[in-house]
Amino acid sequence: PNSGFKFDNVKRNQLLNDKGFMVPTATKTGTTIVGLLYKDGVVLGADTRATSGTIVADKNCRKIHYMAPNMYCCGAGTAADTDFTTEMISSQLALHSLNTGREARVVTAMTMLKQYLFRYQGHIGAALILGGYDVTGPHLFTIYPHGSTDKLPYVTMGSGSLAAMSVFESQWRPGLSRDEAVEMVKDAIESGIFNDLGSGSNVDVCVITKGDVEYIRGYSQPNQRVAKEQSYRFPAGTTEFIAPKTRTPAEEATAMDVSA
Amino acid sequence: MAGLKPGEINLGTTIMAVKFDGGVVVAADSRTSTGAYVANRVTDKLTKVNDRIYCCRSGSAADTQAVADIVSYHMDLYSSQHGERPTVKVAASLFQEICYQNKDNLSASIIVAGWDEQKGGSVFEIPRGGSLHQQEFAVGGSGSTYIYGFCDKTFRPGMNREECIEFVKNAVGLAITRDGHSGGVIRVAVITKDGVDREIVYGNALPPQYTG
Repeated sequence: PNSGFKFDNVKRNQLLNDKGFMVPTATKTGTTIVGLLYKDGVVLGADTRATSGTIVADKNCRKIHYMAPNMYCCGAGTAADTDFTTEMISSQLALHSLNTGREARVVTAMTMLKQYLFRYQGHIGAALILGGYDVTGPHLFTIYPHGSTDKLPYVTMGSGSLAAMSVFESQWRPGLSRDEAVEMVKDAIESGIFNDLGSGSNVDVCVITKGDVEYIRGYSQPNQRVAKEQSYRFPAGTTEFIAPKTRTPAEEATAMDVSA
Repeated sequence: MAGLKPGEINLGTTIMAVKFDGGVVVAADSRTSTGAYVANRVTDKLTKVNDRIYCCRSGSAADTQAVADIVSYHMDLYSSQHGERPTVKVAASLFQEICYQNKDNLSASIIVAGWDEQKGGSVFEIPRGGSLHQQEFAVGGSGSTYIYGFCDKTFRPGMNREECIEFVKNAVGLAITRDGHSGGVIRVAVITKDGVDREIVYGNALPPQYTG
């Protein structure tokens, strides 16, 4: 493919800008995402708030993306970029797996992701946490938009990463049990949800072990809306009317038909 | 020469390599930062390019990882095609080619060091512009500025393996104390014809220095 980002629309956008049409802000995921290696595998966690500026665009979005049967990837940054990047590499991994006749390895996905993001020099705003379990064991990587990677036993990314990291730095130790690991991930994400404005709503968790994946959507839901204080229903007859007239959708369609 | 782009992961760093009779000692701190946040406090900046040649990375994390991966690939290819390991000079030359030809788009300052059959231990430094400098010892990264004086005063040609290890631990330790972009642990690797010995020096085991 032609290498590099296409800047064709820059001039057009500049013109529109001058005329008063502002560029719509890309939906960012704000986000708290985490990953954690424990005794038997890896646990990934994410919040579920997607923001467009200061407005919450999606109260329950999925930030833990499927990569391969043994591999999942959390995404922070620009929502479209994380969605498409992970889907693209997931597709390439499937083909690679068929080609080699082997289960995909986490380092393979990491290399594909980092080389793709490096090629775009940071313009693709995808900050990822990749975790999986392959023949060589459990692995956890973090991948930055410019294409650098780190291999670590526990990682956090997104606007809520500092809040989540404070939980890990005070509690993580090698050889955690499954329940301890999941609880720690939940605590870390909740720390982001409550202390970072860009993160909120629920905690999604994904536990990857040898030969098994447990994707728990909404593992913790600490932001449920409370029951409304009263019923706001208007009693029948509140609005006075002169004469009722009803039209069915079928009639509506005929009325709207504008064909010659 | 390009600087770091906003938001790009910065290796900050203190890196160092010293030649001795029989091989080289390479060392680095372990801090990677994004602005004022430490993204990775246990980074390994000593990257293997082949079994007897390592590179010390400083500058942009993404750029140096990408360049090291490409050189590593070329090293494998060379070994397959020639039936023998490439020399340190060849590795350094490859780094230079990439760093020089792409100088406008890279922020990478690299030290290449290792052992080969021909010359024994060698140290090469490739600063940001892409020039190549063979030296007895080399220091690099943001923390290096604080230890030029110490290194120039302490280094003597013909130091043995143990003396070189003490030298790098002291130097990197001093740089870590003074440079905000350097920190964490000191990673040390000794490369000889017999292989690579890696060591970690934790904060509580730093060589003595005045701390007030």
